[in-house]
Amino acid sequence: MDMIQLVLVSMVAALLYIILKDIQPTFAFLILLLTSALIILVVIKQIQIILQLLQAIGERASIDATYIHTILKIIGIAYVTELGANITKDAGLASVASKLELAGKIFIILLAIPIITAVIDVVIQFIPTNTNHLP
Amino acid sequence: MFVDATILFQIAGIGIITALIHTVLKQVGKEDIAQFVSLVGFIIVLVIVIQHLADLFQQIKSVFLLQGF
Repeated sequence: MDMIQLVLVSMVAALLYIILKDIQPTFAFLILLLTSALIILVVIKQIQIILQLLQAIGERASIDATYIHTILKIIGIAYVTELGANITKDAGLASVASKLELAGKIFIILLAIPIITAVIDVVIQFIPTNTNHLP
Repeated sequence: MFVDATILFQIAGIGIITALIHTVLKQVGKEDIAQFVSLVGFIIVLVIVIQHLADLFQQIKSVFLLQGF
């Protein structure tokens, strides 16, 4: 029943947005912001359950915890960036939204640097070093 | 799970009432007070929304382990 409730809340928000859009645009935008926040506040508890499952699976497979934490951080940055970019786009600032997405991508790459270096280290270990056979 | 939709109606109500007061004051001829009323209404609603946003970002930070950001 949560899903039906969320759909109804978003419909109510859409109606109120249409009413307020002409008479008070700032209030309409605040309704937009608040509806996004309410829906994600409901969903984030379920996300927590899923992420705990992911962490449990990772521990059982004896994967290094820092990798799992990095992946969680990347997912979080992606969600937050998308939220901010969509709200900024709705406010009419498409260029700022695209810059925000760029910033999100850069932070994600920055977080992935340890994983990339670990992969490169593993690959380099596989490559045989034949420095002894050189003349 | 209960989604508190009353806050949406609350904000819409504050918005409609503010627009009404704004229009009435503009008709009377007190434009500066009308702008002030609009500003005060916006700040009241902004406080409510900011509290929810702060709660949301705290939750996101705790769920996704984003303590350093």
